[in-house]
Amino acid sequence: MLSIKNLHASIEGTPILRGINLEVKAGEVHAIMGPNGSGKSTLASVLAGREEYEVTEGEVFFQGKELLSLSPEDRAREGVFLAFQYPIEIPGVSTTNFLRTALNQVREYRGQEPLDAVKFLSLMKEKMALVEIDQKLLSRSLNEGFSGGEKKRNEIFQMAMLNPVLSILDETDSGLDIDALRIVSNGVNKLKSDTTATIVVTHYQRLLDYIVPDFVHVLYKGRIVKSGKKELALELEEKGYDWIKEEVDSTATV
Amino acid sequence: MSKDNQILEDLNSKEYEHGWSVNFETDEAPLGLNEDIIRWISTKKEEPSWLLEWRLKAFKIWQGMTEPTWANVKYLKMDLQALRYYSAPKQSKKPKNINEVDPELIAIYERLGISLHEQKRLQGIAIDVVLDSVSVATTFKETLGKLGIVFCSFSEAVKEHPELIQKYLGSVIPMTDNYYAALNAAVFSDGSFCYIPKGVRCPMELSTYFRINAANTGQFERTLIVADDSSYVSYLEGCTAPQRDENQLHAAVVEIYAGAHAEVKYSTVQNWFPGDKEGKGGIYNFVTKRGICAGDHSKISWTQVETGSAITWKYPSCILKGDYSIGEFYSVAVTNNYQQADTGTKMIHIGKNTKSRIVSKGISAGKSQNSYRGQVQVMKRAHNARNFSQCDSLLMGNQCGAHTFPYIDIANPSAKVEHEATTSKIGEDQIFYCNQRGIATEDAVALIVNGYAKEVLNQLPMEFAVEAQKLLALTLEGSVG
Ligand SMILES: Nc1ncnc2c1ncn2[C@@H]1O[C@H](COP(=O)(O)OP(=O)(O)OP(=O)(O)O)[C@@H](O)[C@H]1O
Ligand SMILES: [Mg+2]
Repeated sequence: MLSIKNLHASIEGTPILRGINLEVKAGEVHAIMGPNGSGKSTLASVLAGREEYEVTEGEVFFQGKELLSLSPEDRAREGVFLAFQYPIEIPGVSTTNFLRTALNQVREYRGQEPLDAVKFLSLMKEKMALVEIDQKLLSRSLNEGFSGGEKKRNEIFQMAMLNPVLSILDETDSGLDIDALRIVSNGVNKLKSDTTATIVVTHYQRLLDYIVPDFVHVLYKGRIVKSGKKELALELEEKGYDWIKEEVDSTATV
Repeated sequence: MSKDNQILEDLNSKEYEHGWSVNFETDEAPLGLNEDIIRWISTKKEEPSWLLEWRLKAFKIWQGMTEPTWANVKYLKMDLQALRYYSAPKQSKKPKNINEVDPELIAIYERLGISLHEQKRLQGIAIDVVLDSVSVATTFKETLGKLGIVFCSFSEAVKEHPELIQKYLGSVIPMTDNYYAALNAAVFSDGSFCYIPKGVRCPMELSTYFRINAANTGQFERTLIVADDSSYVSYLEGCTAPQRDENQLHAAVVEIYAGAHAEVKYSTVQNWFPGDKEGKGGIYNFVTKRGICAGDHSKISWTQVETGSAITWKYPSCILKGDYSIGEFYSVAVTNNYQQADTGTKMIHIGKNTKSRIVSKGISAGKSQNSYRGQVQVMKRAHNARNFSQCDSLLMGNQCGAHTFPYIDIANPSAKVEHEATTSKIGEDQIFYCNQRGIATEDAVALIVNGYAKEVLNQLPMEFAVEAQKLLALTLEGSVG
């Protein structure tokens, strides 16, 4: 489904991603871990099409299409969803209104009729139950004054509404309380299918207890320096990153 | 190129939607301005002599005045002698009802999306349309008449209700008030008049639609709204003009009188031709609007969405004379390309326990300049006066300007006056966030801007709010690739 080949990207001339290779197949869950500043969010942003990042080398295919040549909105309409590490506030625009605009544009792109108010509302109700989000939150200005956890839950609610093919969750667990983590993770699991894939960026095993990854990758200095099965995450939890850093830094010719 | 800049470049490409003009026969005054022209207009309108005298007096006063220069706008002075001060569509006789109105005129308004046929209007809005200088049709007259409400063109009111006109004309905005108000008093050609009797709640929105059509014509309409004690009315004003290379002058006067316990809501969606993207042409919109809360517990609320005009100079104000009276001003002013807006309000607290609220949202794009100018004045005997002002500016790009000029003048120590101001930029993050959910940039801008202006748009009657949202989007959006 997603094929990243030798991806290099820089911001304001500083290289951040320095040769990422990753294959994600339908039905899979990949976890991306790594120390602060290693480039995890950058990778997510580049895949979503943030223009501040300049792709200097490499290719990305998404369902056979050249992802990097698509506009950010077309990537979203093709089914790429990014749950932001730091969700953005839009004053005066309710989540409901925001999602209605988004959903109808996605539907239009896919040649579907816009949803009428009644159908939209019933879809909302269904997805609200999935992540146990309060209606009141959805009528407030998007993310404005939301608590950290509310923002994250709202991201997953949006994901549920838009029903993406590839979901990239950037530290969705941070800010969620223990119960919320379980609820939101279960929501994500329910949205999974044979035809969708999930990339979760996280620092902690606790999320991976719920959303069990098929593969775990460690990103360090803009490269995937280690990949393994779900056990790798447990090992990282126990030992930290130093052993990997040492391994890399001793052999690296940067 | 950053995304912001690209959006801004593309913004410029939207054409002004109402930029067409229609040729039909008109009755015109000769070019220029002098006493004879004023007599010509007055004769044409078969006015009583007191009104002619009033006009001539205003003209004298105006001749002794100079154009104000304190506003934060720059423009080449207009040659007022090169303008025409009266232009009316030629109709063989005054239409008695809509069926007698020239079909070509009806067609113009249909093109603007305004149907003059009462049965075609779903929302029950009574409407008075003013083309160039003259009121051409008023709808729903009979329905309103049964309640004793008078809603008609100004000229008609002069003939049919001279006692009301004589009592209130110039009572809120004296002819000496300012240069443009004096000019208007001398040459005004028509406009709307509305009177709501004691205790009557006007059952529908009253609306005036202004359109400038003829070239080289100044439009000087006058609106007078009188809400007698314990009455209520909501009034809407809309306007468009054709696209022309030369600037055209619009110098209107709106006066509102509210008696005890009366409430008047006045909403404007201003969409005069703003000039092209090089800054050529466009309307000079120099308007004086003022209301007086004359009675205790009265309320006047101004809501304006200003999207058009090359230059806007406009300060809808409230004189809070009655005790416990309330004045409100809600404004969204959008400027793009080379547009300049200097707009705001004056709240003059005279009575005790008077309250005022100001919410101003400026949006500047392109190379435009957008200024908020507001005055809060609390007079000596205005015990316990309250004012809250919120003035926000939203900038798109870095070639435009936003300015805030608040003046506060307090003569009573019990006053509480609060002023908040913010300036923000439309964020790349916000647009990217929308994009990431599948929303195109142009729609993202519309969404963000409408969200920003929501507090003001919420004040508008429903169907007007929808129109205003579209207009905001249209003014700011371009065909973003
Ligand atoms: N505008 C910029 N100029 C220079 N460096 C930048 C800029 N923006 C981001 N970076 C750097 O890019 C690196 C990667 O950042 P990124 O946000 O991708 O890290 P991360 O792996 O997501 O970290 P965390 O775990 O803390 O979320 C960081 O060192 C960051 O400081
Ligand atoms: Mg990060």
